[in-house]
Amino acid sequence: MFELSPQDWTAVALSLRVAAVSTVVALPFGIAIATLLARKDFWGKSLVDAVVLLPLVLPPVVTGYLLLITFGRRAPVGAFLADHFGIVFSFRWTGAALACGIMAFPLMVRAIRLSIEAIDRRLEDAAATLGANRPWLFLTVTLPLALPGIITGMMLAFARALGEFGATITFVSNIPGETQTISAAIYTLTQVPGGDAAALSLVIVAVIISLAALIASEWLARRATARLHGS
Amino acid sequence: MLAVDIEKKLGTFTLNTQFTSESGATVLFGPSGAGKTSVINMIAGLLKPDRGRIVLDDEVLFDGAARIEVPAWRRRIGYVFQEGRLFPHLSVKHNLDYGRWMGGHAANAAAFAHVAELLDIGPLLDRRPGKLSGGERQRVAVGRALLMRPRLLLLDEPLASLDAARKQDILPYFERLRDEAKVPMIYVSHDAAEVRRIASRVVRLDGGKVMATGGVELLTS
Repeated sequence: MFELSPQDWTAVALSLRVAAVSTVVALPFGIAIATLLARKDFWGKSLVDAVVLLPLVLPPVVTGYLLLITFGRRAPVGAFLADHFGIVFSFRWTGAALACGIMAFPLMVRAIRLSIEAIDRRLEDAAATLGANRPWLFLTVTLPLALPGIITGMMLAFARALGEFGATITFVSNIPGETQTISAAIYTLTQVPGGDAAALSLVIVAVIISLAALIASEWLARRATARLHGS
Repeated sequence: MLAVDIEKKLGTFTLNTQFTSESGATVLFGPSGAGKTSVINMIAGLLKPDRGRIVLDDEVLFDGAARIEVPAWRRRIGYVFQEGRLFPHLSVKHNLDYGRWMGGHAANAAAFAHVAELLDIGPLLDRRPGKLSGGERQRVAVGRALLMRPRLLLLDEPLASLDAARKQDILPYFERLRDEAKVPMIYVSHDAAEVRRIASRVVRLDGGKVMATGGVELLTS
């Protein structure tokens, strides 16, 4: 009964690519925003905090619609990026990655922010007395100490991206081979008579991928934590 | 030579301290809450005085009136903290090398071997700080501060977290440090017995003010 059509495999591969790319591209931004929120007090901080959290509380369809009117081919930002940089999001897998990245961003930022807030800042003072300027201090002390949180944040973002449905389908539709991820493929299969069996196969694949990602990240985070505590 | 003349409001009291220190070990001695740690944090550049001046070997590190404030990372002042503050994600060897990396200096095997021998930390190099005893940790912390080639060494109650037996084990290392390493030291302590063994000169601090400066005879009065 476990059978995947070539189209299903395409959806699986696309999902993995979209989730991986969105996670990796979101990471530098996630680290920057998390550091800003954990370390700096500035005017409008609670607004930034709220905006970052917004995709978590908005209905995904609303996020997808907002992406459509911002990054669509004829929308202001979308047209600018297409004309000047040749980056097109609408109805492309890159758009799916953008939607997934935005949806996953709050989870990523939250995990990284918590781990940065938990760092003993006296260690950073010690690094400063040893001659570390700001950038070096961040690279050699802050980031390594935040590593367990960064791994957790990446894992949460990857899982969220894998499961993203509403924003993606609203923004870039459900095009086999281009924007049809596992979730969208399962949805499509359940809409046709007799598609249940194929849908079940994809469901099993989704469960396996999610479990593998979870186990891998737990293992990595445990290792990173153990390194910090000297074993 | 170090010249300190600083003022800083700290909670309920105002720290107002003037002293100078030459070679050897100058001990800041006084009860807890006297402002000793705040004073050396200001020398290190970790705390900003409200006003005053800090000068080390003709270099102005801080001058409130002239708006000079050299950042901590450019001061080249070694600091041994009460709790060691070793980097938990780095091995002992990498902790010891950290100051050299940040200073951009080439490896100096002789200096490294000398410090490792002076402090007896050779066998610990591959371990992580989490696996060290309290005494070992403090010796590594001293080594780390020495290997950055500091112009001045600040030690903030480096023995306070150790039990009496451990203290007796480590004090000789500090005496050797004072006599052999030739780096001037500011040593903070509230333990008269410890001070008597280490101090070349004593600055007695209370309530944020210098009550007296002189030799170890200050401790008996």
